[in-house]
Amino acid sequence: MSKDGSRLGLILLMAPLLLWLVTLIILPHIGLFVVSLSEKVGVRTYETGFGNYAVFFTEPLYWNTFARTAYMSIMATALTLLIGFPVAYYIAKLTRGRSKTTLFLMCLIPFWVSELVRTFGWMILLRETGVLSSFLQYLGVINGPVEFLYNDFAIMTGLVYTSMLFMVVPLVTTLDSLDDSLIEAGYDLGASSLSILREIIIPHAMPGIVSGCIVVFMLSLGNYLTPILLGGKDSLWFTGLIYSQFITRFNWELGSAFGFLLLGLSSVIVFAALKLTGQSLGKTMGR
Amino acid sequence: MTDVPDLECRALSKRFDSFEAVKAISFEVPKGSFFSILGPSGCGKTTLLRMIAGFQAPTSGDLRIKGRSVLDVPPNKRPVSMVFQHLALFPMMNIGANVGFGLRQRGVGKAQIKAQVDRVLERVGLAGVADRSVDSLSGGQKQRVAIARCMVLEPDVLLLDEPLGALDLKLREHMKIELKRLQSEFNTTFVYITHDQSEALVMSDQIAVMNRGVFEQIGTAKELYYEPKTAFVAGFVGEANKYRAKVSRANGKQLELLTEDGIALHGLDAGGGLRPGDAAQVFVRPEAIRLSRRAADTQDLGNASAGVVDSVLFNGANSQLILRDAANGAEISVALPQTGAFRDLNKGDTVYFGWEPEQTRCYRAEG
Ligand SMILES: Nc1ncnc2c1ncn2[C@@H]1O[C@H](COP(=O)(O)OP(=O)(O)OP(=O)(O)O)[C@@H](O)[C@H]1O
Ligand SMILES: [Mg+2]
Repeated sequence: MSKDGSRLGLILLMAPLLLWLVTLIILPHIGLFVVSLSEKVGVRTYETGFGNYAVFFTEPLYWNTFARTAYMSIMATALTLLIGFPVAYYIAKLTRGRSKTTLFLMCLIPFWVSELVRTFGWMILLRETGVLSSFLQYLGVINGPVEFLYNDFAIMTGLVYTSMLFMVVPLVTTLDSLDDSLIEAGYDLGASSLSILREIIIPHAMPGIVSGCIVVFMLSLGNYLTPILLGGKDSLWFTGLIYSQFITRFNWELGSAFGFLLLGLSSVIVFAALKLTGQSLGKTMGR
Repeated sequence: MTDVPDLECRALSKRFDSFEAVKAISFEVPKGSFFSILGPSGCGKTTLLRMIAGFQAPTSGDLRIKGRSVLDVPPNKRPVSMVFQHLALFPMMNIGANVGFGLRQRGVGKAQIKAQVDRVLERVGLAGVADRSVDSLSGGQKQRVAIARCMVLEPDVLLLDEPLGALDLKLREHMKIELKRLQSEFNTTFVYITHDQSEALVMSDQIAVMNRGVFEQIGTAKELYYEPKTAFVAGFVGEANKYRAKVSRANGKQLELLTEDGIALHGLDAGGGLRPGDAAQVFVRPEAIRLSRRAADTQDLGNASAGVVDSVLFNGANSQLILRDAANGAEISVALPQTGAFRDLNKGDTVYFGWEPEQTRCYRAEG
């Protein structure tokens, strides 16, 4: 009885998770995968094969777009880490009590408005008649209106801004758990601030760095709104490509194949990065 | 040159906002000695040690190491090392890397670091653990690694902040002896803080008793035990029977007192300056009290009485007898002589006891 009871309890507890996994993730993906395998050979005639996947590798525009998306996402991840780390360190180690909570909340506030509104905010700042352009003209740095939107710089700014919280939160959590006396012991043994950062703080924060980087990289790679709105028509973002296959070209087969390629290739990149830095997912999640 | 003390504090003070944690403390620690700072929780021991290590800047006063003021030397340049209360071994490195950390910061060559790490690990009795992780060591072994990590740098002064606090009782007893042995082996000056008097008494050459930010007395273990200068030291170091009393007659250092329970005592004015009518605190050590089965044996001792055995706390060599004074019901604890002469004593038996006036130390009552 008790054994059956506990098993029933387990099933009930797992049910929402399983339901979510099966109906919202596994089923659509199976569907997409089936669609991606059917090649259009004539009007309303289809064959099963990997033709759609082959298109990606034979058409330079497609894999160039992917490479560019991946590269930009990696840069955005690195930048977010570079900016987020000092912020997280400051929040975790140099503030206490109320000011800590306040700072943490300030990181959260931008997420109370929708991504669309946030991105439009950046557009207002960066467009030709926007705040930045006017301000620089007022200062006399530039003497005509300048368009700051629709370039890689704008995309990068938007991506870093959107991702910051997802980097700062795991970093603050891991840095919080770093015992202050370890840092003091480092100084006591004659270390400079730089070698304490390198030998004590960063190794300790590694799980946070890894999980933050994975999340930010995946979010940037799969972001649609920010690159399209801030980068304009020529943003050449891979999700934009998928969107246009589904909606503009009505080529669901190729779109599905691209979706799967995005999933597979991004997993490969994450896996390679973990291997390259000698980290493992288990170690990251285990802590 | 040889008589320059390794560490010298001159009127060192530390004030936090409105609270003065360390009040104008001055002391010297001669080279190669084991100096302990003993005090109750919150008396400012850690604050004092952190000022010496350089993690906190003193509000006023001077701090000299080997005769040179180090006030403007940052902690990573000071020739002192610190063993932290929870050791603060680096969990992200193995034992060898932990011990070699300081040498690496100095830019010593790899081969030489390895040789020195192996040598110092061997000296603390942990040869061959260099490749193991910190977690794989026992509490006592971690302790020794923490000491090795500091000693490999050959500091002028080693600071230890209650390093035995986290260990269990048995290991603590063992580590006491071990620490003393390491100190004499390395011949380095140790400054050791603790709230455990037996640690301080066993290991130290000199002990400073600290209370509310000041040093009440600095001396050897024996001086503190037999000649405490203040009531706080008399009460804090060792066991004592305490009385509150009023001085009824004073003749130089010889006092006659009357306790609150109405016992007349003969005592010694240890603090000085007590006059008739003054309130005093009186301390008598349990082992200063002599026991006898015959009244005649204790009659001439200056303070004598009879008591009924209330309980016998047998603990081998540290056995105690709790007596209730027959005359006034006051409780008094007496050390049981180790000869076994009183082993058949039972609850309810009557014994005679007494002690010399010289063993009755009187201090002015505070407040
Ligand atoms: N940063 C600080 N700000 C304000 N007060 C402090 C600070 N650090 C210590 N204190 C106060 O100074 C006093 C002495 O603290 P300290 O840590 O030196 O005590 P301690 O003797 O080491 O005690 P323990 O044996 O419990 O470790 C305490 O009352 C403490 O509250
Ligand atoms: Mg302390």
